[in-house]
Amino acid sequence: MDLSGAFTAMWADLPAIFSMLIVGAAGLVVILMEAFQNRDPRIPWLTAGAFGLAMGWEAFQLGTAPDTAFFEQLRTGGYAAYINLLILGAGLFTTLVSPPYLRRLNRNFGEVYALLLFATVGMIMLGTSNTLISVFVGLETMSVCLYIMAGLLREDEGGIESGFKYFVLGAFSTGFLLYGIALMYGTTGTMHLPEMAGAFPDGVPLLFWAGVGLVIVGFGFKVSAAPFHMWTPDVYQGAPTTLTGYMSTASKASAFAALILILFFALPSAQASLVLAVLALITMAVGNVMALRQANVKRMLAYSSIAHAGYMFVALASGTTAGYSGALFYLLVYTVMNLGAFGVLALLEWDGMAGRKQTLSSLAGMGLERPVLGASMAVFMFSLIGFPPFGGFIGKYYIFAPAVSAGLTWLVIIGLLFSAMSGYYYLRVIYVLYMQTAADVAEADRAPEGGFAQPAWLSTAAVALCAVLLLVLGVAFSGVVDVTEMLFIQADAMAQTP
Amino acid sequence: MALASVTFFALALIAIASAVGVLIARSPIYSALSLVLNLLSVAGLYLTMNASFIGVIQILVYAGAIMVLVLFVIMLLNLDALPSPRSIGWGPILGFVLGIGLLAQLLYVMLTSFGISLEAAEPVTTAMAVENGSANTLGQILFTEYALHLQVAAILLLAATVGAVMLAQRRFA
Repeated sequence: MDLSGAFTAMWADLPAIFSMLIVGAAGLVVILMEAFQNRDPRIPWLTAGAFGLAMGWEAFQLGTAPDTAFFEQLRTGGYAAYINLLILGAGLFTTLVSPPYLRRLNRNFGEVYALLLFATVGMIMLGTSNTLISVFVGLETMSVCLYIMAGLLREDEGGIESGFKYFVLGAFSTGFLLYGIALMYGTTGTMHLPEMAGAFPDGVPLLFWAGVGLVIVGFGFKVSAAPFHMWTPDVYQGAPTTLTGYMSTASKASAFAALILILFFALPSAQASLVLAVLALITMAVGNVMALRQANVKRMLAYSSIAHAGYMFVALASGTTAGYSGALFYLLVYTVMNLGAFGVLALLEWDGMAGRKQTLSSLAGMGLERPVLGASMAVFMFSLIGFPPFGGFIGKYYIFAPAVSAGLTWLVIIGLLFSAMSGYYYLRVIYVLYMQTAADVAEADRAPEGGFAQPAWLSTAAVALCAVLLLVLGVAFSGVVDVTEMLFIQADAMAQTP
Repeated sequence: MALASVTFFALALIAIASAVGVLIARSPIYSALSLVLNLLSVAGLYLTMNASFIGVIQILVYAGAIMVLVLFVIMLLNLDALPSPRSIGWGPILGFVLGIGLLAQLLYVMLTSFGISLEAAEPVTTAMAVENGSANTLGQILFTEYALHLQVAAILLLAATVGAVMLAQRRFA
């Protein structure tokens, strides 16, 4: 390869990874600032500014045609911009709600924000990857940062369990992913996803399917699909709550985005559909059934996030453009509602152990005492059930409708039954927040007098914004859906004209 | 040709045997030494496949530097040998059976797939393999096609370092 030509090409591609550059550079600056002054108060603002700037840039890229950058290693254009907006938005929200929360836990270090920024770099690479190498490097960068964040509460046994479990099981699942990547590369001779589909003019060999299976196992772990979900409740419970929100949304959004890219470009055959449908079925069942009997809200939300991963697999199982674009829309809705729900929990936390010991009953009556938080939480819960005026309803519609057209009616019926069942544990949160008072609760479950901190206005505003956004998504959804459908039409056109 | 096959299978057997040794040794020192043997035999495999640069790096970095660190940690933590297991519960037995099942499946898939040939790819000659394995080729690819990945991997290492120091040494009071 001609070296000077290569460097000119890379120089020209720099604008395509603008948000990665900004976020990565901000992470380096944050580490330096922390080295000079401990707990520099400007660090969260700098982090938020970097996320905001990158979001602004990506918003203008939404309409651009799909293309690739850096020797076809990364995808650019609308799809990438959409996923990056999701990831960066989750990062911005986390940065806004974290400082007061981490200060209460005595963990408001600059390093946490640097890790948040570095994790985002990895997620951007993962969500926009066009080769399996990008998938692997992005996934590992993201995961290493998340392992550290999960173990942040080092002297609490829940924090240690969280970090250690995530790290050991994550490393184990990476082994499966790498083995799968090796087999896929070995049979096709290419790392590029779009070239893989055309690698077998006469029949796909079994070895390639073995590779695909192992890759799906690796991804199943990252998006906590059953039966690879065992780590999720413990890790989510022991990690600092605002960072749990980030883990459960941004990392899943980028992992699902990469999985969609792999399914869309490398496996355009219907044979994977049944596997994904079975995965969806098990995941929905495990998530919803286990969530029923959780007394701890964080644990309940962890199982609920497993259930939602199952709904997303329903869309992927349909294997059509409509299914993929529905999954993209659902990712947006899911990100907004889960970020908000974890944000409210962080603001209503009193045990100093990241909510590990806090039962749902201890929150009795808080809906009336903190009206904004209570109302927002009600919106998130209704939206998580899939209640009509909110984004969750529209999201579920766009997930289940393509599956019906693809002939997976049995799966959709089961999915709807499980969503109806989920009403029980989501509505219970609203019931406790509004209909019960501290007097109704057993002595052992009660929060200590004055245990609830006064929430900072910025955190409250961010949470309320999420609730408003859900309402807007529930009413004015057609614009967003048009965008997500457009992304795949463009990508289809690009795949046809190489 | 026969000699190459013999070396390959000898090295592969040593690699597998030492990998099993890492798992079943009760003393951490024996485990670590088996790992050294494993890394060395894998380095030998690389060398027989003409990937000279990776082979040498494998010996220098993994078998050398990293294993010294591992042995230091074992020494400083003063780890004792694990007690021999008295009884084995159902969990490990089930895991063993499932693991053997997965291994059998993968072996079956491998054995049925030996005939696959890549029509698009040209056959690899010894000269090509030597050139592909050299530091020159590797460096060119690393700093052009995979330049971005190199940078992101650097961020990964930085994040891991910062995180390790923060979790281990930061004063939380």
